[in-house]
Amino acid sequence: MAGRCFRLCGALLLAAGAAVARANGAGDVPADWPHAHEDDHPFGYFLVDRFEYRDDEGPNHVLWDAQGWYGGDYRRLWLKTEGERAVSDSNGEVELQALYGQLVAPYWDLQGGLRYDRTFGSGPDRDRAFAVLGLHGVMPYRVETDAAVFVSEDGDLSLRLEFEYELMLTQRLVLQPRVELNAAAQRVRAWGVGRGLNDLQLGLRLRYEIRREFAPYVGVEWVRRLADTADLARDEGERVGNLGLVVGVRWWF
Amino acid sequence: MSTTSALPGRFTRRRLLGGLAAGGLLAGFDALLPGWAGPLAGVVRSRTPGPVEFDLTVARQRIDIAGGSALAHTLNGTVPGPLIELHEGHEARLRVHNALDEDTSMHWHGILLPFEMDGVPGVTFPGIRPGDTFEARFPVRQAGTYWYHSHSGLQEQSGAYGPLVIHPAGGYAQPFDRDYVVLLSDWTFEDPWTVLAKLKKASHYYNFQEQTLPQVAAQGQWRQWLAWQQMRMSPTDIADVTGHTYTYLMNGQHPAGNWTGLFRPGERVRLRFINASAMTYFNLRIPGLPMTVVQADGQDVQPVETDELQIAVAETYDVIVTPLEDRAYTVFAESMDRSGYAAGTLAPRLGMAAAVPALRQRPLRTMADMGMDHAGHGAGAATAGMDHAAMGHGARDHSRAADPHAGHAMGAVAPVDHAAMGHAPAADPHAGHPGMDRMPPASGPRSARTGIERAAPGPVLARHGGDSHGIGNQAVAMVQRDRTAEPGTGLGEVDHRVLVYADLLARTPARDARPPMRELELHLTGHMARYMWSFDGQKFSEVHGPIVFHYGERLSLVLVNDTMMEHPIHLHGMFFELDNGAGAFRPRKHTVSVKPAERLTLLVTADEPGRWAFHCHLLYHMHMGMFRVVEVA
Repeated sequence: MAGRCFRLCGALLLAAGAAVARANGAGDVPADWPHAHEDDHPFGYFLVDRFEYRDDEGPNHVLWDAQGWYGGDYRRLWLKTEGERAVSDSNGEVELQALYGQLVAPYWDLQGGLRYDRTFGSGPDRDRAFAVLGLHGVMPYRVETDAAVFVSEDGDLSLRLEFEYELMLTQRLVLQPRVELNAAAQRVRAWGVGRGLNDLQLGLRLRYEIRREFAPYVGVEWVRRLADTADLARDEGERVGNLGLVVGVRWWF
Repeated sequence: MSTTSALPGRFTRRRLLGGLAAGGLLAGFDALLPGWAGPLAGVVRSRTPGPVEFDLTVARQRIDIAGGSALAHTLNGTVPGPLIELHEGHEARLRVHNALDEDTSMHWHGILLPFEMDGVPGVTFPGIRPGDTFEARFPVRQAGTYWYHSHSGLQEQSGAYGPLVIHPAGGYAQPFDRDYVVLLSDWTFEDPWTVLAKLKKASHYYNFQEQTLPQVAAQGQWRQWLAWQQMRMSPTDIADVTGHTYTYLMNGQHPAGNWTGLFRPGERVRLRFINASAMTYFNLRIPGLPMTVVQADGQDVQPVETDELQIAVAETYDVIVTPLEDRAYTVFAESMDRSGYAAGTLAPRLGMAAAVPALRQRPLRTMADMGMDHAGHGAGAATAGMDHAAMGHGARDHSRAADPHAGHAMGAVAPVDHAAMGHAPAADPHAGHPGMDRMPPASGPRSARTGIERAAPGPVLARHGGDSHGIGNQAVAMVQRDRTAEPGTGLGEVDHRVLVYADLLARTPARDARPPMRELELHLTGHMARYMWSFDGQKFSEVHGPIVFHYGERLSLVLVNDTMMEHPIHLHGMFFELDNGAGAFRPRKHTVSVKPAERLTLLVTADEPGRWAFHCHLLYHMHMGMFRVVEVA
């Protein structure tokens, strides 16, 4: 359902774009002739970058992190989702983002839209929504970058930086370091978010591309809560840091 | 089929004019030849000169190909389509029947004709609807080796192409005994639209020859590797689509099918190489047999002998070889990225084969390809050094003379080696002084030079201005060079002779001796990661009208390649003269491969009115926007 809606929105968006900027480089040809080359037709892509089982120091988790786009070269609709749930008690959290992206520089999409978070599990579900403004692209040295600021429905401001890098060990064996940094301008105690730097995540995954589209992997993920957020965690009796072993699969279509 | 009956007799000018048995109007005859698309395909017969009618049916059918079975776009039931032979000075009536359930079209590549016959949907005609027939009827005004292909969608990738040979009215300039078409193509069992979608999502999808960390470490090339990483590019981007999905075909045969051309030792064999690939450049050689190039893109050139030549997509080269020994020779067409090859055999008898060379190590892009300055700082200089050292380029010539391009240069100018361009030093050959043009040599073919001798980057002609061509363009060639005397990618390291554009001299001087009245500069642009391709940063869907050539004008068309890969640029309906320093003997071409960071000048006489397609002949580049229409009015 979400996929269909996504696709429909994309089609509408592109139709609108096309109506404004329909050019005919062929010149004065009869109107009923076909267009010579439809170089602006839409494509779609969906990448499950991480779908993994994490053997944690505490309860183990299943985690996913996926994103996709649909659209043309300059304007795309993006969907991003990530979340995790504990294997033992089914408690978890899911995040969904729907964004509109505009290519603003050869390697950069400016993205804006909405984010929706929801917890699930034994207690009552809680949710909150955000406005999102992000910059998604590739830095020099080929560092994949996703930087976004979020403003929650309560006006709380937060920031997330994600960096990924790919090192080819063979033509199919790829080492992927990953860094994620979260920060917040306000303390949001109910969500365990402290003021300042929230956490630093460092991951290292080694995948084998059986096909380009399908690659199982193993890796480690180290997380460390920081500053005020670490204090909140201690107050709740939660861990401040964790080193997990992960096994998962990356795929796209 | 019997071996002897398939072979033409001694094929001289007199014999051609005298004609052989089959003659007259040959409607669809070639389609019935046993053996086309079989191991003995490609035989060109001499026929009585005259008008030709030909019926070509485009269909979608399951055929055996590349060692498997697949749905293909067939032409009269085969891939490639049948050989069409026409005669200069006579009329051609080529009827294309559409048996598909979608539109089709047929473009006669390199042929001079009224633009309405040119076969480009949306530009010259509306296309051929299912069940309809289109007749391209035109007087044949030229001779040479050409080809034809669908210009609709991606049909060309799935089989809709074939060879077209026009016999000259006045007989052949060089005698030969046997005559074969050798048509090269790339076949995939994937749906071409799937190939395109994969490139769009992951442009490196088919590259399984990337630089790996262990390789970099073993060779100690950290600085170079970092320089490429810094630029967010890969030096292994040689081909977008590779042998990972492609099977490379010679006259429709994969290597195991072993296309065979027969000869008797001592005979002169004409091989008409046609690169009908969607995406693949080939390096062609016949180990043990030097090739005398006599024609390029259907136009006679002064014979030049070489051991290897690079054929860009959509180019044709005619060579004459004289195998003296009673043994088999391998015709080896290695894809430029060296991920695969097409191969066949020249042999005195059917069923023979010679050793097939091993694929050579894949080449790497250089800093010259990136449009970087060798004299530049840190990373650039380091990588340039790496390429020359690692690839064995020892022979950089420092004893260089004055710059023949000085008149055109806009920025810093480096010296050029006249000797390296294969000519006696003359005053500016680009200035068009008729007195300075070299005459054809008295006797015997000239000789190309070795790849190593040719390896040094050509002179810098200009630097890029401030326009970075918008967000759909990845990079610009800061330093633009004359690369017409450089070997193609990967051939700068070979120690046998390789053909370069500077070796091509037209057999006869240009008819239009006027200097250009106008200069038009176009940049080849794109974005590998997004798989967007364009001219001047604009995809075809983003431009609002054609490029205008004024009827009758003499035009200088300057192409600057801002991307880091070669693009075979094709102009429909007119030949351009490639400004390679040959003065009035500039070779005439319909397709010219522009090297990365090259600044190439083409001279055009705009004498064919109408709308003409102008595009990169890499199929997926064209389809993703590297396409324009030229209007001659």
